Amino acid sequence: MTRKQIAILGGGTGGTMVANRLSRRLGLDEAEIHVVDVDNDHVYQPGLLFVPFGLADVGEIVRPRRRQLRHGITFHEDEVATVWPDRSEVLLAGGAVLPYDVLVVATGARLQPEETDGLTGPGWNERVFTFYTPQGAEGLRSALEEFKGGRLVVNLVDLPIKCPVAPLEFAFLADWYLHECATRNRTQLVFTTPLDGAFTAPVASERLASLITEKEIELVTEFNACEVDGVGGKLTAYDGRKLDFDLLVTVPLHGGASFVERSPGLGDALGFVTTDKQTLQATVQPNVFALGDATDLPTSKAGSVTHFEADVLVENVVRLLTNRELASGYDGHANCFVETGFHHALMLDFNYETEPVPGRFPAAVGLPLLRESRLNHLSKLAFQWIYWHALLPGRPLPGIGPRMPTRGKELDLAHHA
Amino acid sequence: MTTTLIADRPVDVDAEGFLTDPAQWDEDLARAIAADNGIPELSDRHWLVVRFMRDRYLEKGAAPSIRSLGKESGVPVKELYELFPKGPAKLAAKIGGIPKPRGCI
Repeated sequence: MTRKQIAILGGGTGGTMVANRLSRRLGLDEAEIHVVDVDNDHVYQPGLLFVPFGLADVGEIVRPRRRQLRHGITFHEDEVATVWPDRSEVLLAGGAVLPYDVLVVATGARLQPEETDGLTGPGWNERVFTFYTPQGAEGLRSALEEFKGGRLVVNLVDLPIKCPVAPLEFAFLADWYLHECATRNRTQLVFTTPLDGAFTAPVASERLASLITEKEIELVTEFNACEVDGVGGKLTAYDGRKLDFDLLVTVPLHGGASFVERSPGLGDALGFVTTDKQTLQATVQPNVFALGDATDLPTSKAGSVTHFEADVLVENVVRLLTNRELASGYDGHANCFVETGFHHALMLDFNYETEPVPGRFPAAVGLPLLRESRLNHLSKLAFQWIYWHALLPGRPLPGIGPRMPTRGKELDLAHHA
Repeated sequence: MTTTLIADRPVDVDAEGFLTDPAQWDEDLARAIAADNGIPELSDRHWLVVRFMRDRYLEKGAAPSIRSLGKESGVPVKELYELFPKGPAKLAAKIGGIPKPRGCI
């Protein structure tokens, strides 16, 4: 029997997890698995949030991609030029062609700071930073060490972004950090959002809006940034509002990987792969699948989402290869810790249908949901070990399945959309 | 959720006046909501945006961001703000009878 060719684009959270799980499920004699990524640096992205505050070093959160893949998986350090879905082939920038029986797109999201006027102009990486890249996070650490007070503006340009709560977490941690440095009373901490509140899901909004006022964070809503003046220290919105800043921490616009736009029928106008929200099959061809930040699905771009999607995607790849009907198993489940500063964190657990509600995760005995606790903070810190040693190798996490658990949740509080 | 009269017809809305059931929407309702929110007459360009928002929501389960609107609806972001001065994403969603744009939390 000829071995099935599986091409996986992206060697991050989703690509690595899927490659390792398919390798376990199918074995080397059934499938030949290829993983493509442009470099060999696998970043534990949740760790980037901590770098500006000196709570993590970039060296601790980056490991070689190749080393996270099981024996027998072929890693190509190359850029994807184009996918030809009609021919089931991937062309790499180096000239190699990878024919595939199944393609998995896991190339994540790409930052596009150049799409906002002035953002990467004078002042970029001097008084205008993003912590979404290792270099930006390190530069911001130096800037915060030298910060003597003034207006610190935390901005997200527009959705979708990776880890939608990260900008808010940054604001909460900055509040704590500046208290520790005794510069908080000389700092105006401003948070801007394109939405109409820091919290917009009804239950979360009722329970958490006070976090913003208690921490004396100035909230600017429905702010769609269109221009940055890094020399004059001004951030301008499309509606004409202007905000002064001494230090701007921004989360730039996101799009999908650039090859998606060059590949016929694969993605939408932002370069995200159009994907079935339950089966994770791409709409372009039946033998193409996508997961994680690379998709256009209406759930958060987050590692937990990718993890839960991987369960369903791997099952469906095996079903496709054995001519069985796909499982509609993905429910939009997302789960995340939200740092709130002063060694506390919240936990959220939700899916396509159910907004975050209070209770406990994964069941009646578990971590508190939608409520600040020290245990959540410690769990967030401990998660990095689980990521490298259990999640990426594709080992099951006991008690945590792909579907959102309902036990332990106060579901009667949810507002139904 | 409450029931209110818009264009002489009972419809279900949330606390901010967004329809909770997109199926109750029609064009008369859109005109009435627009008039209540400072847009006395909907031009072809307004309709283009409102229909794009609504179709995208019904297709994908989420309303597009301002940026997606600007890239895909055929109406540039600057013009979106001229058409819907108080905030295009929220107002076009309201007129289109879909829930307001939301984050995960």
